[in-house]
Amino acid sequence: MTEPRGDERSREERSRRERSELASERSERPVASAPPAGARESTGAAINESWPLWEVFVRSKRGLNHVHVGSLHAADPDMALHHARDLYTRRNEGVSIWVVRSDAITASSPDEKDPFFAPSGDKVYRHPTFYEIPEGVPHI
Amino acid sequence: MTAYDAIVELNDHTHWAFGTGFDDPLAGIDTSVLPGTDTAEQCLALGDDALIMSHRLAEWCTNAPELEDEVALANLALDLLGQARLLLSRAAQARANGETEDALAYLRAEHEFRNVRLVELPRGDFAHEMARLLVFSTWRLALFERLVDAPDPVLSAIAAKGVKELTYHQEYAAAWTVRLGDGTDFSHHRMAAALDAVWPYVDELFDSGEIRDGFDAAIRQVLEAATLAVPHVPGAARVAGKAGRDGVHTEAMGYLLAEMQSVARAHPGAAW
Repeated sequence: MTEPRGDERSREERSRRERSELASERSERPVASAPPAGARESTGAAINESWPLWEVFVRSKRGLNHVHVGSLHAADPDMALHHARDLYTRRNEGVSIWVVRSDAITASSPDEKDPFFAPSGDKVYRHPTFYEIPEGVPHI
Repeated sequence: MTAYDAIVELNDHTHWAFGTGFDDPLAGIDTSVLPGTDTAEQCLALGDDALIMSHRLAEWCTNAPELEDEVALANLALDLLGQARLLLSRAAQARANGETEDALAYLRAEHEFRNVRLVELPRGDFAHEMARLLVFSTWRLALFERLVDAPDPVLSAIAAKGVKELTYHQEYAAAWTVRLGDGTDFSHHRMAAALDAVWPYVDELFDSGEIRDGFDAAIRQVLEAATLAVPHVPGAARVAGKAGRDGVHTEAMGYLLAEMQSVARAHPGAAW
């Protein structure tokens, strides 16, 4: 049996990139469906301003923790969960989903790679490899 | 060997990082047809509903307002196509005249289709699709919940699988109905107009006189949350009292079939 998933995944990722280009194009286009005067939303923000980005974490059936699988756009947390279900669990992958606003994530910077990570590179004794793990203690 | 054999739970291929444990919805089910039942007609009607609705939802590919919703609508379309395949296969089996699901889907003429007219209406705007999906999934969910106890074991199994899918379809449509109805004045008006356009085709769903109460209550609950009223519009005209279930369709149906059946008719018996 061939494995179509790789292809499909990369196609989805490609269209995701194209979409972000589309989104910037879209915001420059004149608003086709401008709200009538007195619309309830009077914040002054354009209605079709692009939705915020969310990061998606899925726990698979055999997995013990949630793993980052990608990102998506959605207007609110519920919509983000629905979209995550539709985009990232279509192939029976998941039993649980987390979504979090991308701008709520603080990430380490590539510039700090050395001071952050290099110091642990030579400290093998921090791995539990010097004693035997008893049977019946999985997932170490 | 079926498509499921390669990917069921027993299969221990570690290269499937995700996505094993698929279930064959008809595994271990007695497929003999009880004599003297209307299984064929019932499966044909429900299969046609799913097939045509699936086709309309699939038309949103490359047309949806956001990529995420495009994939979502395609997923719903595929769920319904799956239901259509199972139901049409069962209809063919019950008819026992050598037809296949493909022949039923691609080689029948318009008057032989038994789908309700709601599903064949041309694609409108996104609100229109959400109104149609809300009505369709709410109705079909109530129907399938009852069919779980159907005497035909295959229909019962198809219904049990479909209930979970339709529950999600209804949730998706309800969320958008509330979002648009209770959104801006503009989206509120568009959503209300969409409901008005779809509502004339609701009466026809209950021609056999059943389960209307649960449907009405569920719709009312969604519309209240969406600050929308249940439309008061006359039902769509019928032809000598006949509608979709009798094979009498709207003019949109011919165009839909012409497109849906074009490949199968241009290349009879083709396989790939």
